[in-house]
Amino acid sequence: MNAPISEDDLHAWVDGRLPPQRRAEVETWLAAHPEARARLEAWRAQDAALHRAFDGVLDEPVPTRLVRAAAAPHLLVRRAAAAFGWLALGSVLGFTLGRDGAPLSGDELATSLPRYAAIAHAVYAPEQRHPVEVGAEQEAHLVAWLSKRLGAELRAPRLDAAGYRLVGGRLLPGEAGAVAQLMYEDATGRRLTLYVRRDGAERADTAFRVAQEGALGVFYWIDGRFGYALSGELPRDELLRVGTLVYRQVEGG
Amino acid sequence: MPGSRDAIVAEIPRLRRYARALTGDPVRADDLVQDTLERALAKWALWRRGSSLRAWLLTLMHNVFVNQVRGRQAVEFRAAEDLPEPVLRATQADELEVRDLQRALACLPLEQRAVLLLVGLEDLSYAEAARVLGVPLGTVMSRLSRGRERLRLLLAQPGKARLEVVKKP
Repeated sequence: MNAPISEDDLHAWVDGRLPPQRRAEVETWLAAHPEARARLEAWRAQDAALHRAFDGVLDEPVPTRLVRAAAAPHLLVRRAAAAFGWLALGSVLGFTLGRDGAPLSGDELATSLPRYAAIAHAVYAPEQRHPVEVGAEQEAHLVAWLSKRLGAELRAPRLDAAGYRLVGGRLLPGEAGAVAQLMYEDATGRRLTLYVRRDGAERADTAFRVAQEGALGVFYWIDGRFGYALSGELPRDELLRVGTLVYRQVEGG
Repeated sequence: MPGSRDAIVAEIPRLRRYARALTGDPVRADDLVQDTLERALAKWALWRRGSSLRAWLLTLMHNVFVNQVRGRQAVEFRAAEDLPEPVLRATQADELEVRDLQRALACLPLEQRAVLLLVGLEDLSYAEAARVLGVPLGTVMSRLSRGRERLRLLLAQPGKARLEVVKKP
């Protein structure tokens, strides 16, 4: 005895997906139901019409923008995504050592600073061949160039007291214009990056904060028109110590 | 990684065909493909090796498209006059058929259109279509049934699409 013919059987017949025996049963049934058969033939004709209408797309040249979209530099995307991931997951646990104690909570500009700094650190700190665009041996040129592009006088803090020497720097695109990244390295090859962003509006807030996840810590603050973020895989105490060293020099005027 | 990139590039023509039929608009279709490719690169780590790359890309595309449609509060039903003219090369005799088909497709609810295209044009199995759309198999079958029947009626009386259109807000 055959199972009754279901609507699903009819679609599977149209799509040629029935095993031979069931197909034969459906065809026997259709022979006795010409109206149903006409409906099914119409469904089949739809699929043929779809292919006639759209298969031409397969032979069109693929637009360059699509090939480019599929060929974005994976490594960069993945590294940045990794850095972005942990910060975006809300694991930014800021605490303030603020001079005025005013927290920056809820301030988008403030929260984007450590995030972008961490991404830039994750992308460039592991770089062996091209960690910087301009090396420390051309420090005067580096500082003049970055100052010009940021539109304000920048200086490269000395971190020798903490055991770090300047490697060099590079210019990065930021949300509101150019951003400078300075890179430092200690005798063991461990790297710190200082991310300096110029914000549009003058801001009075200068609370210190630390965002940390796993090994990477970001010590950051906003000082007037500038946002500073020091990133490195350091114990928190050490990061604060180096961060304070940076702060004294850029603040010193 | 380079091999994977080539594999994605190789899928682009198929993605474009599906997007063209889904949106009915060549420019919007390619925008959808581009968004899908960008999403695929960002989520590359989530693709399970050995599983169907095509089905995964179609899943991403479906999600991107649904979000876009929601985002712009669009309108399943558009005035027939506003529907883009098909730009496909076709013989004179085929042109009317293609135009009627595109208009009729645009009159189907998105959920029915997607199933009908995944099965009828992209030749996915019912189970694959269910995974791509994130719905149970039974839902795929009932949408397929309603979509095919509705399309049949629309194509049988080309004027009907127009009538339904003007009734909708």
